Amino acid sequence: MKKIWNKLWNNKNTRTNLITYLVVIVAYAIMQTLYSMGILSSAMKGYMVPVCAYISLAVSLNLLVGICGELSLGHAGFMGIGAFTGIVVAALLETSIPNEILRLTVAMFAGGTMAGVFGFFIGIPALRLRGDYLAIVTLAFGEILKNIFGNLYIGLDAEGFHMAASAGKVQLLEGGKMILDGPVGATGINRLSTFPMGFVLILFTLFVVLNLINSKEGRAIKAVRDNRIAAESVGINVTAFRMKAFVVSAFLAGMAGVLFGLNMSSVAASKFNFNTSINILVFVVLGGMGNILGSIISATVLYILPEAMRGLDDLRMILYAVVLIIVMLCTWSPSVKNVMQRISAAIRDKVSRNKKEAGTNE
Amino acid sequence: MNEYSRKMLKVPTYNLLREQDMGKLPVLDVRNLGIDFGGLTAVDGFNMTIGPTEISGLIGPNGAGKTTIFNLLTSVYQPTRGSILLNGIDTKGMNTAKVNKLGIARTFQNIRLFNDMTALDNVKVGMHNEIRCSFLSSLLRLPSYYKSEKKANEKAMELLDFMGLADIADQKAGSLPYGVQRRLEICRALASNPAIILLDEPAAGMNPSETAELMHQIRRIRDTFHIAIFLIEHDMNLVMNVCEGIVVVNYGKIIAKGTPEEIKNDPAVIEAYLGRKNEVDA
Repeated sequence: MKKIWNKLWNNKNTRTNLITYLVVIVAYAIMQTLYSMGILSSAMKGYMVPVCAYISLAVSLNLLVGICGELSLGHAGFMGIGAFTGIVVAALLETSIPNEILRLTVAMFAGGTMAGVFGFFIGIPALRLRGDYLAIVTLAFGEILKNIFGNLYIGLDAEGFHMAASAGKVQLLEGGKMILDGPVGATGINRLSTFPMGFVLILFTLFVVLNLINSKEGRAIKAVRDNRIAAESVGINVTAFRMKAFVVSAFLAGMAGVLFGLNMSSVAASKFNFNTSINILVFVVLGGMGNILGSIISATVLYILPEAMRGLDDLRMILYAVVLIIVMLCTWSPSVKNVMQRISAAIRDKVSRNKKEAGTNE
Repeated sequence: MNEYSRKMLKVPTYNLLREQDMGKLPVLDVRNLGIDFGGLTAVDGFNMTIGPTEISGLIGPNGAGKTTIFNLLTSVYQPTRGSILLNGIDTKGMNTAKVNKLGIARTFQNIRLFNDMTALDNVKVGMHNEIRCSFLSSLLRLPSYYKSEKKANEKAMELLDFMGLADIADQKAGSLPYGVQRRLEICRALASNPAIILLDEPAAGMNPSETAELMHQIRRIRDTFHIAIFLIEHDMNLVMNVCEGIVVVNYGKIIAKGTPEEIKNDPAVIEAYLGRKNEVDA
């Protein structure tokens, strides 16, 4: 047992992965204990599921931005596809699958698959582009998707499923229910998402992303990021691997979208706009490109921070911006980094000297 | 396969064909290759054959079109004229990845390693098409994943060891010294199991002792893996000592072919490198 442990621990990749899983599990255990003890405020309870969704979104976007090296500004679009697909599927299956956890799981996979399929078809034209151009195209697709949801009317009644793209076309029988009502969005959602399910989703996302990164596929994706021409020269089909990363990322974003959507009693299409995409991107950039644990931490902190500062009204966005600037400076600016290193070196120096002095005194 | 594929190596055209190559299909058979960039003809009428275990050199003054020829051979550019037969298969219209699968690997003049990955991972990327492990089994970590990873690790370490790089396996490729990076690039190219390997200025930036070691290694690669090597180099000492056949190009055209001895004394080559004698006198 110890031998296996040592082997795992000495491999740098598996060690980072283990730490990532451990942090998530420990954080979950703490939150769950606090929750059951009734210490958490109701506001805090409200953040728990969205935080899980945003962590999954940040990790999945990190696969695309950090590992694959492609900037995407339309991640909220995939989140939206997932959310609305999940809401519709959950509503349709309400009678046939009474078990809520099972229904949520089915809805998640349906939402993920739908987002993955959309990701594939969007990827065909979009992945011909690179860098800034790809970013702009994904931004456009995100907006298109948002507008499609905003004009989609879906209803359910005794006769079955009704769908239309303009208001008033969906005429429901008595007792029928509008699942999706154009710009108003989905209302009266049966809230299936729970914190434990959010935790499971994070674990699933981590499982997929980390396993992918440390496999042949992941190496190929990283190779394409580091040097496209060299990757081609050793027989890697560049387009195929960018597509794989794009589809997997969209799939996971869709699943997170379902968790997010089924946590609200109503969701409007405008939620999945450019702003949300940028927010997720900020989590990734601040947590560090390609750093999965960093994404998890920054998504948690940066989601809760502005929410917790709601009492400060207008000031809160200023404070949020200041925090972003400070974190970016501390992690990326060479001069600030230098100062930080000097300070930490001085502290270490002092500690070791103190220890030495303590040693000689004895 | 097409009609050309039956053409075996019978006569040593310009290179001293090694005995074991006689009567075999040439690994690379280039016919009348040419490319135009707009109105500019970069390469024209390039013909050559390379035997399965031959070391050939491509030399010429700066801007002669040497790297362009390498880019044509690896399908980075599509030729305007002519054809490239790789083990008898025409590579027309194939992309670089496909051509690599058929057997051409290369290194680059300006080193192109995967800088953020370890040396070992660089080599494992080179083995990409050899690792048999499906997308799903690596996602779900099925036993086949561990088996294929273990095999890949072993082979990659063997290759690194072969190039004398075993002790830097865990270091980031970008942090390695220049000469080591060059050798790692060769190692990565070897990992893709090529039939012919193209080296673009392998000795650039190396000191004399490193170059001497490289010469030794180039011969060792050929003798161990039984593959052909085609290299561009400005270090004449290396070219004349290692290559069995040499092609000299200038302004995109072949001006001489032959053994190192013949090339050394060829007036056209001396002219291309040093200029014409009477011009200096006048």
